[in-house]
Formats: sequence, C-alpha cells, structure tokens
Amino acid sequence: MKYLHLIWAALFRRKTRTVFTLLSVLAAFLLFGMLDAVRTAFTAPPSAAGVSRLFVGSRVSIIQSLPQSLLPQIQALPGVDEVTYANWFGGYYQDPKNVNVMFQIAIGPQYLDMHPEFVLPPAQRKAFDETRAGAVIGDTAARALGIKVGDRIPIRGSIFTNKDSGETTWTFDIVGIFKAAEEKQRGFENQLLFRWDYFDEGRAFGEGTVGWYIVRVSDPGESEKVAAAIDALSANSDHETSSQTEQAANLAFMKQIGDIGLIVGAIMAAVFFTLILLTGNTMAQAVRERIPELAVLKTLGFTNRSVLGLVLAESVLLVVLGGAIGLALAQVMLPGLNAASGGRVNFPPIGASTWLLGLALMVGIGLVVGVLPALRGMRLRIVDALAGR
Amino acid sequence: MTAQVEIRNVSKVYERGNQKLEVLHSIDLDVEQQDFIALMGPSGSGKTTLLNLIGGLDSPTAGTLTVSGQRIDNLGESALARWRAATVGFIFQFYNLLPMLSAQKNVELPLLLTRLSAAQRRRNAAIALELVGLSDRASHKPTELSGGQQQRVAIARAIVSDPALLVCDEPTGDLDRHSAEEVLTLLQQLNRQHGKTIIMVTHDPKAAEYASHVVHLDKGTLVEQVERQA
Repeated sequence: MKYLHLIWAALFRRKTRTVFTLLSVLAAFLLFGMLDAVRTAFTAPPSAAGVSRLFVGSRVSIIQSLPQSLLPQIQALPGVDEVTYANWFGGYYQDPKNVNVMFQIAIGPQYLDMHPEFVLPPAQRKAFDETRAGAVIGDTAARALGIKVGDRIPIRGSIFTNKDSGETTWTFDIVGIFKAAEEKQRGFENQLLFRWDYFDEGRAFGEGTVGWYIVRVSDPGESEKVAAAIDALSANSDHETSSQTEQAANLAFMKQIGDIGLIVGAIMAAVFFTLILLTGNTMAQAVRERIPELAVLKTLGFTNRSVLGLVLAESVLLVVLGGAIGLALAQVMLPGLNAASGGRVNFPPIGASTWLLGLALMVGIGLVVGVLPALRGMRLRIVDALAGR
Repeated sequence: MTAQVEIRNVSKVYERGNQKLEVLHSIDLDVEQQDFIALMGPSGSGKTTLLNLIGGLDSPTAGTLTVSGQRIDNLGESALARWRAATVGFIFQFYNLLPMLSAQKNVELPLLLTRLSAAQRRRNAAIALELVGLSDRASHKPTELSGGQQQRVAIARAIVSDPALLVCDEPTGDLDRHSAEEVLTLLQQLNRQHGKTIIMVTHDPKAAEYASHVVHLDKGTLVEQVERQA
C-alpha cells in the first residue's frame, strides 16, 4: 500500500490520456455488465418458484400447439386456482411494418380476470364480453396506429385463414382500450386481445388446440410443485409441456432470435480484444515516456522486480478503476432498462458472480496489457536510460 | 583514515556491435572516509563511467571495487540495488526528480524501501528538506521550483536515508553561478559537518575548488591527483 501514491501519481501523469483510457475501459465494462445480465437472464434454468401465475407451453417449441383437452386435467390438479389459454395470431394492421407495433392474441375466458395488469374500464370490459368480434387494444398501440373505440379494423393474418371468408384478413370491433397498471408494464400496451370463440370458430385449422395455458396457483410457495405436476400430465406424449414463469416464457420467446450466449460472448470478445489493444498502447506509451523516471527509481534502490510490480500494478489499477465504475454504472442502469422494456424482460441485478467474473477480467486484462511495458521497465539498464539511450 | 572507496585495477569495456570500446584502463584509486573528491577531465575521459561504477549503477569489466567495506563488483542485480539504497545517495546534473510528485514525496522515495512507517518517512523527509532550506516548498511540484531549488530537493532525497557516500554527476552543470554556489556550499557543509564522503564529477574548476582532492582523468586513465588546501 505504501507504493499506492506512487502508482496513482504515475497513472495520472498525463491526465487527459488516462481519463480517455479510463472512459474506454468504463464503456467496455458497462457493456459487459449489461450483456452479462442478458446472458444470465437467457441462460438461467427455467424456474417457477415463488410466482402465482405459470406459463404452460410446449416443451418442444413455443410455436407448437397444445391440445385443449389438457384444460380439465390441469384444472383438476391440486393447487391450481384458475386456468385460461391463448393463441398467437401473427398479423398486422394496414402495413406489414406495423407487425411489431401491435401483437394480436386470442384470449380464453378469464384471461383478463387473471391479468389485472391490463386495466380496462368496466363498461368496455362488459362490451368485450358481449361482442363476439370484439377486441381490446393497448393504449400505446392505439395511439401509434390511430385506433379508437368504435372502430372496426381489419387485421391481415400470416398464419390463420378465416374459414368463412377464405381469406387471412379478420375484422375486429374495437370495444375498449386498456392501460398497463404500472409504468414498467407499458410494454403490454402494444397488444390487441380478442375473444377466443371468435378465433376458434373462425379459423380454418387448429381447432381443439391452444398456443399456451396460463395457470394461477393457490399458493405461490407451491408453484414449483404445481408446475412439475402439470408437466407430468403430458410426460412422454407428443405434446410435452414446459411450465415456467411468464418472465421465463418471454425470454424463451426472445431466444428464438439466436443463441444469446454466443452472441453476447462474441460481442464481449470483440470489445475486450479492442480494449486490450487500446489500453496496451496507452500503457506502452506511458512507460516509454517514463523510462528515465524508472531508471531513477532503480538508481535509488528499487529492484528489477519492484519496477516490474509497479508497472503491472499501474496497469491493473487503470483497468480495475475504469472497470469497477463501468460495472457499478451497469448495476445502476439495469433497473431503468427493465422499466423501459415495459416488463417484457426483467434482467436480473448484477450479482456476485458477475462482479467476480468482471474483477477477474479486469485483473487479467490489466496484467496482459501491462506485461510488455513492465518487462521493458524491468530490463532497462540504468546508465543507458539516464543517458537517454 | 580508512578508505571509503577502494578501486583496484578497474577497467570498463563497452561493446557496441562488434566493436569494443575500453573506457577505463586499470584504474587504481582510494577515497578516504569523509573526503570530498572532484573528478575532472575532458569529455569522454571516463569520469561519469567511473562514478557509475562507484555508485553501483554499472559493473566493471575487470578489477575490484570495494565501497564501505563491501565488494560490489561481483554483486547481482538485486543485491546491488539493496546496497545502493543503503549506502549511496545520487545527485544528477538534471536533478531527475519525479515530476508528478511533490518535493516532500520525492524526498520520501528512498525511504519507501525501508521499514519506516509513513509518519517516520514524512518526518525524515521534512528534516532533510529543512537541512537544504526548503521546508516551505515541501508541497511544491518540481515544475514549481527553480533549478537550484530542484537540485536542493535532489540533495535532500540523496541524504534522507543517511548514506555514507554521495555521488554527484555535474550537480551544478545546469545551474546559474549563484545557485551553483549555493549547491556547492551545501555539499561542502554535508561533507564537513555531517561527515559525508562526496565524489563529484565536474567540468567546472570553480566547483572543484570546493573539493579537498581533485582527480584528473584522461582517456580512461588516472593522470593526476591533487590535494587542495582547505
């Protein structure tokens, strides 16, 4: 510790250069913290512990349907309070570019009751229950597409043909606009929800199947057990289920983008490789400029090993300082990102394992970028360095 | 009086590529304890090379070098570094202070290699700075000091660990006459009042007047030793 002031002073000898290098290290580890949270979220094993609502989908694929015959079996399981179901529609309003502005989902009875996060005025809810082709739309989507209550809108589907018309265009009566109960759930407002009977009776294929079930358990403490019991119902069948939290289901859906772990790993490898080049160059330059000063230290009695240690410590300090600030910033920013996602994803906070991995990376990168300049400092001949040779 | 420095048959040869350059030829020299020697000679005569050998910054190609009773010509790098820290104080022409540290922290540098506590290091550095008359400049960075003041900080750094021997390479070479006289007076005071043995390389005959002996080198050979009257 007695050398800390010496290392610190050497580090900030060229303040501007050090600050810019610190910023690049900070940015790299900010990215690391966030991407590692993404990786953790996507690679954590599905769990249903401690939640009151379960998502039951196909174990094979999220687009694989499940038989509607499972409904009474699930309802009959101990610990199950309520069950509903839904199906992805996959269409767009007016323009294919709107496909991500408003997702359409056919919902079974009790779906709205089981999702109190969709806040709908009672009159509109009543209208929904009484209108067979009725649909309710989230406030965000309604504003984005200029849709209001009373409109009759066509949705062009990409999967389901309407057997009455023989076309993929379905018509819905907008009877209500719902809002998310909390600001962080605003992401739910980009949905159009419509009645199951209208969908099921109108579709040309897929009768008797649902996309997924939503199950409410009586006791969140028993949710893991209930999930296992649900999955056991269809074990070894052609429609095996996977029961998990809705959060995990959302992530599983997003996983279809690709191998998130691989993508995150590749990005981080590229970032750290660039960081090593950048910081390595800074350290090499810093030591090159200080060769006479290192020679003075040796003159005063610092051994080759002490000089090696001082330069390595300086390089490790540089990376650890920038990295720790970056990781701490990521920790602060993650809740904001969760809120911005509107509840669709909930990245876990940066945990001890990420901090430990981050610190190991910081020390490792610090040593890698410092080793060549440190060896140069260690090997310098005092008389040559003092003479400027 | 016992010899502080005993140089026997010392030669130094530098190899540059295939060429060998003999800078010192069979030097024999004794420097007594508490002596003040001025090493003089034309450029390229080997003065600085001899000073570097005496200070343990370089090793002779042949011969033996004994300083403060310790043979140093056969010491390894680490042992030589430890020996330097304990035995020799260095004063250079261009001061060689670390620019990012204050005068106080520069003076404390050699003490980092000792077991002294932080408080003791601060105290000793303050005493050394007081001795060179720069107590009021302890918190100043080298760039905030004049050349003469910087050299006095360098002297404080050289004496802070109380070495028996001070080696000075052109300590007044970068100073104006007034500052040079201040520095030389300080060195003389360290020699006479504090018993430091001083070996000083200089081109300047006026600087040499402060020494008790003047040793002349030419083409790597000792040509003359003159004892000066105090």
